[in-house]
Amino acid sequence: MSEPIVLQPDETFILNVGPQHPATHGVLRVKMTMDGEFIYNAETVIGYIHRMHEKMAENRTYAQYMPNLSRLDYLSAMAYCHGYVLAVEKAASIEVPERAEYIRAITVEMNRISSHLVWFGAFVMDLGGFSPLMYAFDDREQILDLLEAVTGSRLTYCYFRFGGLYNDVDDDFIEGTRRFIKRMRKSLKMYHKLVTTNVILMKRLIGIGPVSVDLCQRYGATGPVARGSGINYDVRRNEPYSVYPEFDFDIPVYNEGDSFARYKVRMEEMEQSLRIIEQGLDKLPDGPVNPEKKPKTIKLPAGDYYTAVEAGRGSFGIRIVSDGDKSPYRLKLRSPTYSNMHLFDEACRGMLIADALAFMGSLDLVIPEMDR
Amino acid sequence: MSLTLLNVLAAVIIAIAFVAANAAYLVWAERKGAGFIQRRPGPTENGPWGLLQPPVDGIKLMTKQLLIPGGVDKIIFVIAPVLAMFPSIVSFVTIPFSDTIVAHNINIGLLMIFVFGSMSAMALLMGGWSSRNKYSMISSVRAVSQAVAYEIPMLITAITVVMIAGSLDLMEIVHKQSGGFWHWNIWPFQKGLFNILMPASFLIFFICSLAETNRAPFDLGEAESELVAGYHTEYSSMGFGLFFMGEYANIVIGACLTTILFLGGWDCPFGLLPGVWWFIVKIYILIFTFIWIRWTFPRTTIYSLLNLSWKVLIPISLFNLLLTAGLLKVF
Amino acid sequence: MIIETVKDKLRDLFPAAAEPAVTEHQAEKPETAEAEIGVFDCSYAKRGYHLDVRLAPDQLLSAVGILFDHGFFIESITGVDWIKDGQLEAVYDFCRYDFDLCRIVVRTRTPRANPILPTITGIYSGASWHERETHDFFGIVFEGHPHLIPLLLPEDADFHPLLKDFKA
Repeated sequence: MSEPIVLQPDETFILNVGPQHPATHGVLRVKMTMDGEFIYNAETVIGYIHRMHEKMAENRTYAQYMPNLSRLDYLSAMAYCHGYVLAVEKAASIEVPERAEYIRAITVEMNRISSHLVWFGAFVMDLGGFSPLMYAFDDREQILDLLEAVTGSRLTYCYFRFGGLYNDVDDDFIEGTRRFIKRMRKSLKMYHKLVTTNVILMKRLIGIGPVSVDLCQRYGATGPVARGSGINYDVRRNEPYSVYPEFDFDIPVYNEGDSFARYKVRMEEMEQSLRIIEQGLDKLPDGPVNPEKKPKTIKLPAGDYYTAVEAGRGSFGIRIVSDGDKSPYRLKLRSPTYSNMHLFDEACRGMLIADALAFMGSLDLVIPEMDR
Repeated sequence: MSLTLLNVLAAVIIAIAFVAANAAYLVWAERKGAGFIQRRPGPTENGPWGLLQPPVDGIKLMTKQLLIPGGVDKIIFVIAPVLAMFPSIVSFVTIPFSDTIVAHNINIGLLMIFVFGSMSAMALLMGGWSSRNKYSMISSVRAVSQAVAYEIPMLITAITVVMIAGSLDLMEIVHKQSGGFWHWNIWPFQKGLFNILMPASFLIFFICSLAETNRAPFDLGEAESELVAGYHTEYSSMGFGLFFMGEYANIVIGACLTTILFLGGWDCPFGLLPGVWWFIVKIYILIFTFIWIRWTFPRTTIYSLLNLSWKVLIPISLFNLLLTAGLLKVF
Repeated sequence: MIIETVKDKLRDLFPAAAEPAVTEHQAEKPETAEAEIGVFDCSYAKRGYHLDVRLAPDQLLSAVGILFDHGFFIESITGVDWIKDGQLEAVYDFCRYDFDLCRIVVRTRTPRANPILPTITGIYSGASWHERETHDFFGIVFEGHPHLIPLLLPEDADFHPLLKDFKA
């Protein structure tokens, strides 16, 4: 499309995309004012799956609140639990044994791969290619089986405890994970051959949905959305936590800022996660996975605390305001999808509806995480 | 007199039966093919290998409530699916399956098929417009621009073949390609001419058949993920069933036409077992390719779709037409 | 280091502060912290942020403007209900994209009976949703907000769930 299209604001109609729609990845409604196929204005309406997790936190103890975190972003639940336990451990000064830290990092990265596989399948399906979804889910089944054997859940993990883990990993898990790493590397090569180098896909994604650095800064976008626009920000590197400084991995950053850049960022993140898992398995120390002494009821000293971790979609932050009681006084969950989705309204003006949906898919939205 | 009439009637009924059986079992073939490509088995519950799935689906569709949403334009709403199915059935009457098996051969058979083919664009427009649904409207606008844009290269390449064969009669066209597969229209050498663009014509015709039947990667009309179901969103029960079967009947017609025009019809490559079996083999290979392509590629956008037709396919097919005309005139 | 530059700029907003308010912030009892206004260093290892800026509502826009000019991005805006003080506190989190890590928390307090704060959507467009959500949960009215309707709660909601005296 060479010359700019002039939109006629007085000949528009309103099209509701959602809340029930195959492409919106959850209950999301976008009220688009359309001029033919072009979007003149878009207004996102959220809150269809708002469950008020922050109020629930005030009525539960710290340990009772753990399962809630997996239900926020069910696709990368492990990272959310990680953020929460890190926040509480930092504030309450609970020591974590090294073996537990390594296993936490390994399982979080496996969860990240599984979350990116769901994104990959659903995104390409939105664009019309139905088969990669099946292949991605086939690979994801291996991860889910491995994690189920250790944690007991397939999707909404509640594996971490304050100071350690619920369960130690056994040799089956380690062997299975090594086999999975080999299999996943072959699959990634196949995905690159089948999908990334596909002419139709490249035409659909290159140049679509440009996100500038200024837009990211004003909206607070993090994660692959920011890394696809040239911003080198990953909480694992910029603000290292847990045992990530021990691992040697790269953060993929692409400068173009379009949907194809975000796609490439996530595909490479999967490869880097495989590297982290491999190194984690090699360096896994022996030892206990729980500290010898743990306080029976967790009570954080009064004050407020902030912790950020890198979840599948960006920087997930938890702010705990405590007054010394066994429940938080206020718990704020900073969800990455919330900030990433917000820039859709401004960025999609003047786009075709098909391009806007490709853009939405490339932002990797998980609506329950946005609405909390 | 009455015997001929009975003959014609029988032939028409057989043609309709062939279309219906194909439309039904192509659904099964598509689902099995999709499953095979996607590492899963496809339908296996009803009957061995899921072969009873189409009749069961048909019964399900017929027993569903036929909803006509309030506020739709009733007459157009009801006619649209019929118009989607009707031209394909009628086109089958002129397609020759072999020297002797043809319902009723007309000497302008090709022209008749194209006439009826353009009527299916009307069905898309009527379905989308009368549904009183913004999604359907957008999708039918897209589908009609696509249908119009891709009919042109299709007609131009067909005219190229007609010029080589010298007749619009489908049986004539096949007869001109008989005698061994190097005479097929897909290869560059016809009658001692060396026309290098004939394989390109075959490809163009194939792509246009994909686009005319609204198959992926050109299925913007029913782009599931964007427009829910496009122009047939509001149809239920048999209305949807007719659109659905009409799409598969169109696929069979597209495959038959490609075979007749470019692959020699029922001509067999090695001179053995001539007749209808080779025709069936060829059209099913083409149909399998249709299915294969659908489950491999993502969808194009409307602008790249239209650009492909107007800026790439039409110039190439026009050039081929002029080249063929020049060669025929000179030699 | 960016933290020094920003600290100086922010401290310029408090010309009336008699003593240089650079003390190790030990808010053992948050209720008594309400009278303090100023810029405080915090232990990052303990708290997770570097700088704690407590302001009056009318200094908010200037402080946020300083942060925007120095390349901070908005992480989140939320509220805390200090029912014992009769005040609502709005907490703004900011962070940086580069490796010069500096997390800054900006807080302001407003009386519970009539909570009004200026909006920062003119500077950070992303604050629009954050402020709508804070208004939903606490009832804080952000003056100048272009579209202050409920975001997560239903359109006709007139209750504010995260207030401590909210009974469902």
